[in-house]
Amino acid sequence: MPLLNKAPKALLVLEDGNFFEGFAFAGSGETMGEVVFNTGMTGYQEVITDPSYKGQIVAMTYPLVGNYGINAEDMESSGIHLEGFIVKEYQPNPSNWRMRQSLKSFLEEHGKIGIEGIDTRALTRRLRLSGAMKGIISTETKNISELLEKVRAYPGLVGRDLVREVSCQKSYLWKKGAPSSNKIPSKKPGKKLRVVVLDCGVKYNILRLLEKNGCEVIVVPAFSTGAKILSYHPDGVLLSNGPGDPAALPYIVETSRALIGKLPIFGICLGHQIIGQAIGGYTSKLKFGHHGINQPVKNMDTGRIEITSQNHGFVVVPESVKNKAKKTFDNLNDATSEGMKMPLVMSVQYHPEASPGPHDTDYLFIQFVQMLREERRKAA
Amino acid sequence: MPKRNDIKKILLIGSGPIIISQACEFDYSGTQACKALREEGYEVVLINSNPATIMTDPEMADRTYIEPITPEAVEKIIARERPDALLPTLGGQTGLNTAVALAEAGVLKKYNVEMIGASLEVIHKAEDREKFRYAMEKIGLRVPKSGFARSLDDVLKIADEIGFPIIVRASFTLGGTGSGVAYNREELMEIAKGGLDASMISEVMIEESVLGWKEYELEVMRDKANNVVIICSIENFDAMGVHTGESITVAPAQTLTDREYQNMRDAAIAIMREIGVETGGSNVQFAIHPQTGEMIVVEMNPRVSRSSALASKATGFPIAKIAAKLAVGYTLDEIPNDITRETMASFEPTIDYCVVKIPRWTFEKFPEAEDFLTTSMKSVGETMAIGRTFKESLQKAIRSLEIGRFALGHALPEDLKDKKDFLKSKLIKPNSLRLFYIAAALQNGMSIDELYQLTKIDPWFLHQLKEIVDAETELKNSAPSVELLRAAKKMGFADRALASFWKMTELEIREWRAREKIIPVYKLVDTCAAEFEAYTPYYYSTYEAENETRPSTKKKVAIIGGGPNRIGQGIEFDYCCVHASFALREEGVESIMINSNPETVSTDYDTSDKLFFEPVTLEDVLHILQTEKPEGVIAQFGGQTPLNLAKGLEAAGIKIMGTSPDAIDRAENRDRFQEIVRKLNLNQPDNDTARDVEKALAAAERIGYPVLVRPSYVLGGRSMEIVYDAETLKTFMAKALLVSPEHPILIDKFLEDAIEIDVDAISDGTTTIVAGIMEHIEEAGIHSGDSACILPPMTISEPLLELIEKQTKMLAAELNVVGLMNIQYAIKDGKLYVLEVNPRASRTVPFVSKAIGVPLAKLATKVMLGKSLKELGFIEAPEPKHISVKEAVFPFNRFPNVDVLLGPEMKSTGEVMGIDHSFGLAFAKSQMAAGFKMPTKGTIFISVHDYHKDKIVSVAKSFQNMGFKIIATKGTAKYLKEQGIEAELVFKVSEGRPHIVDYIKNGDVQMVINTSMGRKSSRDALHIRRGALIYNILYTTTIAGARALCEAIAAIKSEDWQVCSLQEYQNK
Repeated sequence: MPLLNKAPKALLVLEDGNFFEGFAFAGSGETMGEVVFNTGMTGYQEVITDPSYKGQIVAMTYPLVGNYGINAEDMESSGIHLEGFIVKEYQPNPSNWRMRQSLKSFLEEHGKIGIEGIDTRALTRRLRLSGAMKGIISTETKNISELLEKVRAYPGLVGRDLVREVSCQKSYLWKKGAPSSNKIPSKKPGKKLRVVVLDCGVKYNILRLLEKNGCEVIVVPAFSTGAKILSYHPDGVLLSNGPGDPAALPYIVETSRALIGKLPIFGICLGHQIIGQAIGGYTSKLKFGHHGINQPVKNMDTGRIEITSQNHGFVVVPESVKNKAKKTFDNLNDATSEGMKMPLVMSVQYHPEASPGPHDTDYLFIQFVQMLREERRKAA
Repeated sequence: MPKRNDIKKILLIGSGPIIISQACEFDYSGTQACKALREEGYEVVLINSNPATIMTDPEMADRTYIEPITPEAVEKIIARERPDALLPTLGGQTGLNTAVALAEAGVLKKYNVEMIGASLEVIHKAEDREKFRYAMEKIGLRVPKSGFARSLDDVLKIADEIGFPIIVRASFTLGGTGSGVAYNREELMEIAKGGLDASMISEVMIEESVLGWKEYELEVMRDKANNVVIICSIENFDAMGVHTGESITVAPAQTLTDREYQNMRDAAIAIMREIGVETGGSNVQFAIHPQTGEMIVVEMNPRVSRSSALASKATGFPIAKIAAKLAVGYTLDEIPNDITRETMASFEPTIDYCVVKIPRWTFEKFPEAEDFLTTSMKSVGETMAIGRTFKESLQKAIRSLEIGRFALGHALPEDLKDKKDFLKSKLIKPNSLRLFYIAAALQNGMSIDELYQLTKIDPWFLHQLKEIVDAETELKNSAPSVELLRAAKKMGFADRALASFWKMTELEIREWRAREKIIPVYKLVDTCAAEFEAYTPYYYSTYEAENETRPSTKKKVAIIGGGPNRIGQGIEFDYCCVHASFALREEGVESIMINSNPETVSTDYDTSDKLFFEPVTLEDVLHILQTEKPEGVIAQFGGQTPLNLAKGLEAAGIKIMGTSPDAIDRAENRDRFQEIVRKLNLNQPDNDTARDVEKALAAAERIGYPVLVRPSYVLGGRSMEIVYDAETLKTFMAKALLVSPEHPILIDKFLEDAIEIDVDAISDGTTTIVAGIMEHIEEAGIHSGDSACILPPMTISEPLLELIEKQTKMLAAELNVVGLMNIQYAIKDGKLYVLEVNPRASRTVPFVSKAIGVPLAKLATKVMLGKSLKELGFIEAPEPKHISVKEAVFPFNRFPNVDVLLGPEMKSTGEVMGIDHSFGLAFAKSQMAAGFKMPTKGTIFISVHDYHKDKIVSVAKSFQNMGFKIIATKGTAKYLKEQGIEAELVFKVSEGRPHIVDYIKNGDVQMVINTSMGRKSSRDALHIRRGALIYNILYTTTIAGARALCEAIAAIKSEDWQVCSLQEYQNK
């Protein structure tokens, strides 16, 4: 690599008029989204394949990205959903025994732009001070005011349903760590516990962990109705993570209302926000969100501190669900609510499936499965 | 959980002298612990034998014992102080071992002292190989397979279970002799046989080889509520096989995916819980197979360590401080994160920069030792650099090493071109210069694949090095341009390197950059990658868009630190810098610290108002000063490193506080100094300077042999030698001109058998106070840093003392000293000679400060700010009633084949202090503190050079009168017998068996007195001294040392020695 970067120049313009100059290490063109920062020092492959980042441009605060390439196992979905990827310095010579391809080729395969040479710390500080902002990346023009006009016209995330764009369109069975083409069983489950996952943009590791804990996993589109879900005779339902504004998803709130109280439900991230709304609460937008893998939460039952993986820009306003659900987890950094429970319902704002992130809270999947067993026993 | 109220008084054990593998990092951790515990209202009792530590400042603890860190001394302290608890995990391996010994001896039980942080059981479980293996297997983790063998049959049996390749390590040898890697049975037999022979106890360890695997470390913390967090991950640049203290290391880990990192994290947490470290910090090391990803647990340390100090500096998370708070019962979510204030310590730091640590070796001090890195440490210090990319950090770290290199491929020996075979040999076998040999190999076009095969360094790192080397080539082959300049600065190239590539001067590059506004910005180390606002001003530089420093409008002063520890420049200078910072705070002046040494207290983020973790080079320091615009800088405290910058800083318009750089030059420049000597009518040993061999020979001829020769402008007596003949002088000149080509070689008449004196004084420009006069135990000719010394002096007459004081004041006045000054004098035949004047902080400042109870460096700082000594109330140095002895501690046991003889070149890494009411006891304590067992009965072995024979008689007589048996080699025995001393004859190694080394091995010798003349010594003498070293038998190589030991042993035989705290001494 020559000392002077020969890659096409790229511009990042934020809606407040701030701009950053860099180079496109992958792809070219123009892309818009809400710019957020992620503080994880590992896990870029999981981040870019996480459907929750739909509509967002992600800047990694750790400056060196691409170090270990891309491998076959660490996919969190089948593709890349974020709108653009920003790093300080792209690493063109990855090294890891599981590596299959470079980050650059992976991004390009999926038509995404990756830019480098950005003072990502300055960008992060800007986002921390001003809050998450809309941004545009372009390799096409150097005209900042033109880009600024475009980005200001871009609708942003609030009020937008992005779930439809990332959810599966057809139900499928998850088997042996991958979507299976096998027919979905419609008859009552046998010995195995059956979980229907409402796919709002589900991360594969949620499915992997359910399967690992002995569940038969059926993934259904986000627009599935309560009746449709119940027609699979599941032991429980998991409302998955997903992108965008939870307030823009009344149909999913409706679906979950039809399920609450009928069978065990586990909500993760967006799923947690859906449940919050279904029981009468509402959500609000955080200034710059939690995107990282070092967020400490306190388990209110045990008092134990757990380090969690988080990725959300919205939260359930605690007062709005105060008398309806019990708070189960607290964020130790900013005291926001990280989880709640009610009879047959458990939900967390963070990501117990990690990927990327610590495994401190994967016991929640065991708890969920225990809840399913318990219910089955009661029913028997 | 709130803090414990059932304990009130806590005993902390420090780590003692600076030795290889245990350096200032334990002063850093201990100081943090003292502060943290006192902040919580606990009474702290501290023991540490190292006077150059901040933790032993009397303000840091309620009771400070500068006593030997031995179970015996600690028991005496416990009996006196009756602490409720003992915190053993912050004083390195020394602290831990001492605590274990006390627990096992039942002392803790007897006095009802609770071990907090880690229990005896936990320590055993972590440190005992078998117990650890068992614990790991229990939680499904693997450690390398291994076993001990005492015969070749055993070796084969164990090898069958392990499988090849196999590492053979001889037990009980020094520096890795008798060890090797075997790839087949034949090799195994050969190496094992050598190992069994080399081992003093005929034992070898046979271990599964994980050489070439990737090496990682995690720094882990656990609290009472069983919460566990990871503070930092570290990836070793060097693969397994090189001790982590000898490896270049990088934080965070670079080549692990999240999946792999989380598996390692899970393992570390499981290990913490299984071993049962109740509270505090630990470090776990892992090896990862580079092709399969298989993970092996290498070891865990249930205490804070060198790596945890590095992790603290790398992340901003103060591990030792938090560990101390956890030990008294707090949980992580109850302790605030100082840096962000709004968040708590219960999180995992995330960083947005790359940290590179490079060890600092001093193989040049031990020419007999092979430059070969292995699993035993040889480096004496380290430097750390922070940048936004690996390439930038690495290049910053390289120039921080102060080895004359300002970029990866800069200043490589030219003759490496086309020397592929030579390079290959240097790449296969790890050594202190391997990084640069890799650069040379890359310049020669070696492929990454081949480099990987030779070095096993991960290709990711090799590619980074290649990018730098390619960039250098591009720079050298291009005309200078602003674009290239900017890109080069982003990649971490120093101006000095660019100047050499482009045939310009450093100043030209600097001015060009200033015109083009290519200057660095400063970013914060904040534990959270900017997610929260940070309040602690801890900065590093980089070439990017946004600058985060906010220079205040307050009055401020910058302090320049000493960079990495090395022999001759260590913790003593950091101590002075820290005191400067404290003094500035007391005076209401903002302090700005600049340093690159991660082990130190000076680089703790709460020592100064602002910390810049930066290379201590002219370029980097100037950038900071031009951004912060302090009133002036203190350059006289950090040793030679900042002094070397003083002229350049002054030329750039920076004000140097205190004594002027010109005065320093007048003292260091031989010709200019002679003018002063003449003017003041002082005596100096006859001397001359020479820039070539001919002139040197002529000068030596005129002065008369023996002569003392050395290059000027060096610290620690680098390359200094006593030369007895012309032949040796020729060899010396050839070497010395290499070390310091710009400066002339100094040639002095060597004063044989003179008494050497060290004086530390302080002056405000008008008044000079002689703070301490130290008399050396060893005669002149042995480097002052290596000699034991005593304060107050014992054998110097009153008129001579008065003369010393008078001359010191004259010199201070003549040089216009404002601040500290150190002078070395010699007394021969009643005449006083000035040997050397250093108008700056000396190595002995902490020792003198503790001996007389006056914080000299603080006073000197205030003097530099314009206060007079009178205003400060320091008008007379107190005359202590007690005796203080300083003794040097040496790293000889780390280097096979190195002789332990002392000479004018400094070899010691650290020092200890012994205090008591008599010289004998104070000296005895200093020896115990240095790690020797003081015999009260048994056998003394004497073998001295002919020149010393008459002088040893009285010593031998005293030992005999005390009931010791004397054994001696032929010549000495004969001489002693003639003098009426019963000396039993013992063979030298070359004379037959049983010889003296057999006696040593059998434990039949309790002390060795063995002297030589000059550098040359016989193989026999070497055997004797190495034997004493390996068996840690009290030894001395000088007559003066023998006399002192004699007095010390007499003292401990005649009375039961006591311990006493510094606070008590100083109130007496």
